[in-house]
Amino acid sequence: MKRTFLGEFEEIVLLTVAILGEEAYGVTVTQELEQKTGRAVGFSSIHTTLQRLEEKGFLSSKMGGATAERGGRRKRFFEVTALGRRALMEVKQVREELWGALPPDTLQLMGG
Amino acid sequence: MKPQIEPPRFADRFLEWFCAPHLLENIQGDLHEEFEYQVKRIGEPRAKWFYWWEVLGFIKLRYIKRKPSKYPKTYLYSPIMLRNYFKIAFRNLLKYKGYSFINIFGLATGMAVAMLIGLWIYDELSYNKSFQNYDRIAQIMQHQTFDGEVNTQTANPYLLGDEIRAQYGSDFKHIVMSSWTGEHLLNFEEKKLTKTGNYFEPAITEMLSLKMLKGTRSGLKDMNSVLLSESVAKAYFGEADPLGKIMKVDNKMNVKVTGVYQDLPYNSDFRDLTFILPWELYLSNQPWIKEMTNPWRSNFTQTYAQLANNADIAQVSAKIKNVKFNKIRPEEKAFKPVVFLHPMSKWHLYSEFKNGINTGGRIEFVWLFGIIGAFVLLLACINFMNLSTARSEKRAKEVGIRKAIGSVRGQLINQFFSESLLVVIIAFGLSLLLVQLILPTFNEVADKKMFLLWSNPVFWLLSVGFTLLTGVVAGSYPALYLSSFQPIKVLKGTFRVGRFAAVPRKVLVVVQFTVSVTLIIGTIVVFRQIQHAKSRPIGYSRDGLLTIPINTPDLTGHYDVLRNDLLKTGVVAEMSESSNPVTSIWAINNGYDWRGKAPSIQGNFAAVSVTHDFGKTIGWEFKEGRDFSREFVTDSSAIILNETAVKFMGLKKPLGEIVKINEKPFQVIGVVKDLVMQSPYSPVFRTSFVLDYKDVNVINIKINPTISSREALAKLEVVFKKHNPSAPFEYKFVDDEYAKKFSDEERISKLATFFAMLAIFISCLGLFGLASFVAEQRTKEIGIRKVLGASVANLWGLLSKDFVLLVIISCLISSPIAYYFMNDWVQKYEYHTDISWWVFIASGAGALAITLLTVSFQAIKAALMNPVKSLKTE
Repeated sequence: MKRTFLGEFEEIVLLTVAILGEEAYGVTVTQELEQKTGRAVGFSSIHTTLQRLEEKGFLSSKMGGATAERGGRRKRFFEVTALGRRALMEVKQVREELWGALPPDTLQLMGG
Repeated sequence: MKPQIEPPRFADRFLEWFCAPHLLENIQGDLHEEFEYQVKRIGEPRAKWFYWWEVLGFIKLRYIKRKPSKYPKTYLYSPIMLRNYFKIAFRNLLKYKGYSFINIFGLATGMAVAMLIGLWIYDELSYNKSFQNYDRIAQIMQHQTFDGEVNTQTANPYLLGDEIRAQYGSDFKHIVMSSWTGEHLLNFEEKKLTKTGNYFEPAITEMLSLKMLKGTRSGLKDMNSVLLSESVAKAYFGEADPLGKIMKVDNKMNVKVTGVYQDLPYNSDFRDLTFILPWELYLSNQPWIKEMTNPWRSNFTQTYAQLANNADIAQVSAKIKNVKFNKIRPEEKAFKPVVFLHPMSKWHLYSEFKNGINTGGRIEFVWLFGIIGAFVLLLACINFMNLSTARSEKRAKEVGIRKAIGSVRGQLINQFFSESLLVVIIAFGLSLLLVQLILPTFNEVADKKMFLLWSNPVFWLLSVGFTLLTGVVAGSYPALYLSSFQPIKVLKGTFRVGRFAAVPRKVLVVVQFTVSVTLIIGTIVVFRQIQHAKSRPIGYSRDGLLTIPINTPDLTGHYDVLRNDLLKTGVVAEMSESSNPVTSIWAINNGYDWRGKAPSIQGNFAAVSVTHDFGKTIGWEFKEGRDFSREFVTDSSAIILNETAVKFMGLKKPLGEIVKINEKPFQVIGVVKDLVMQSPYSPVFRTSFVLDYKDVNVINIKINPTISSREALAKLEVVFKKHNPSAPFEYKFVDDEYAKKFSDEERISKLATFFAMLAIFISCLGLFGLASFVAEQRTKEIGIRKVLGASVANLWGLLSKDFVLLVIISCLISSPIAYYFMNDWVQKYEYHTDISWWVFIASGAGALAITLLTVSFQAIKAALMNPVKSLKTE
């Protein structure tokens, strides 16, 4: 089976959505990412990535209800799909395999 | 609650504009939320910048691209719908016949005019182009300086050709000397006709690349030969072979026909060259030429040249500049003759010279008519657009219904475009028909032989291009504006056209009337200038005066016998002979000397030779002194001057003064009032009259005023048949000849009148349509006003007011424009009329009157309507 390719940034965004659970939408994802990774990301790139992930089937989205803040504009909430979860697991597994294959000394050296 | 800090509004607008609607809501929401957060974090000003930055980050294809409709796309060009559009268009045309007529007919007229002018310009620009060597042929001309003024002429010394050939032969392929194209008597057996032709050196046939139908291009090598044009050959010989036949020229010279060439094209400077005689024949027939002691002084022949293939015309022109200067005598060097080449491409359109500089010529008319044509066309297009847009508001409901049953905007756009295209195409067809009908008349007025260029692709390209353009431009307003209506508003009737919807229409009406009024003013000024020149006192009487050329030797040498015979007929009041007809001057000489002449001036005079009875024949008027008289034998050395000459010479008491012409003394015996012999627009030239019975070329005859000219001519013919049996009896009325001086101006005047009338007509058509539209739109208002007691006059004023105001504005705009251009034009004539203020008032009043007439018809019709009916209408 062909493996789904997940870019590094995509992976982080996907993970963040998973962390946020039901509260994942553009703003929260951006802020969470900034806090966790300390890197400033453009709003549009987050949106683009979210959309791309949805197109790939890793995320699903639905419009929330009307809100009192932000001029009554609705939010688009994202949720990780089963496919998305599997992709995350796969990535994690690959990482772990790679970590496992790493000779203990090397890490020591690297750390040292 | 503290006021909410808003993100930059413009950035928001921008986002709303470019972002796809289905993505906008949550993106904008997120951005706003983020903005609020950032305001708290980094403060408002930076947050705003940040907001901008973020918005700009969304300019990506993915956010701009609109979501495709989930419904199947409507196919815009389905043949069924297209057929339906045309059906509806036809029904609409038929339903509003009046409008359709105005629309189509107005546009067709405009197109027809544009086409006619286009053809005319095409003809003017292609003048002479039919000659193969068009860009290598030039006429050799010269500038000469007389009393500080540079005159430019085509006449050259007869030796110029030989001299250039000898000195600069390598720069030229051919140099051809010629006389002047003029009328000659051409006889073959009993057939005696006058035809126009000229003497040329043999190379002319190669230069003009004559298409020889019979014989060869070397036909002029023999001195006694003649080449005939096809039409002349046909006139004399019919279908018989003309080659080798002997013809007689001017009843003097026998020539043999050695060739027949295809007629030269009508739109060329050689169109009158219907036969060609050899230059050698000319020289041998005018023995005085070779006997001249100072051959470089007299300019009486023309010179044509064809450049060598590699020669540059400007360079060669500079090279030959002193060719005459180097040959003339020292005392003549003051005239500073500069010889130059005038290329064939400039002969027709750039023929005028002022002070040695080529100043243009007919090209001005090409521009003038081009501009007028463009304007008339513009007027027609404006009409078309105005009426289409005005009408289209009526169709708002149709748009509503079409939209309600599923039309998409693209279809409506298609519909309106196809409708306007249909109308334009019909108009185009009609205009072709109109042009075909008018063309013969137009050709006559414009002195052209034009025809529709059916087979010219450029013509079709232009026509089709223009048709499409007009259709698209005129159709764009209904197509793009009407199709955007919301069906619900239109159908509920809450749809209102904005207050300013009529503004573009009003501006266009002002443009139309500005053009029209300008044209009217122009026409009046041209007309008045012609009238002014026509009513100029000419110093002699034209009535019943005719001139007969002395075209064969038979008429020379027995003046008294002829005179007696003529007087005996009883129809001739007086007769005389002179060196030139009274309507032109043929000789301007220098070599005049008088007491008190400043040495610095050269002093050239128009010289006219006359017989004793000249004055009585033409009826000139004396300011002082007396006419020539047989009672004074000394009159053979008497001279009569005109007023201008006396003024020029600065003579206080001219009578009795001695004027020397080439050292021969003449005594001034009289001063006549100025005779207008040349252009009626320029000042009269200084002229001298002396007695000379040998130097005469025409016979002047004054017909007895009590006798009808037809009767008189019949009797004259008998006399001339007797005295001049070999020539047909030919005469010219001085009246007609004088009238010909106005022909150019009259032609312009006729064309300008024609165009001005068309412009007004087209503008009025448009106004008529608009007025009826407005009246119809305000039917209810008028009904209510009537019920409330408004009179017909009130309503008439109400409806006319708007249009009258527009026309007044147009008059105000057009007056200075017209004044500027017409003043320029009038100044070109030295004898000119003033542009008085009443011309503008009259034109304005005229335009107003026509407007009122046009509008009133509709206004009164609307005002007379029964309010019960108009209020009931839906």
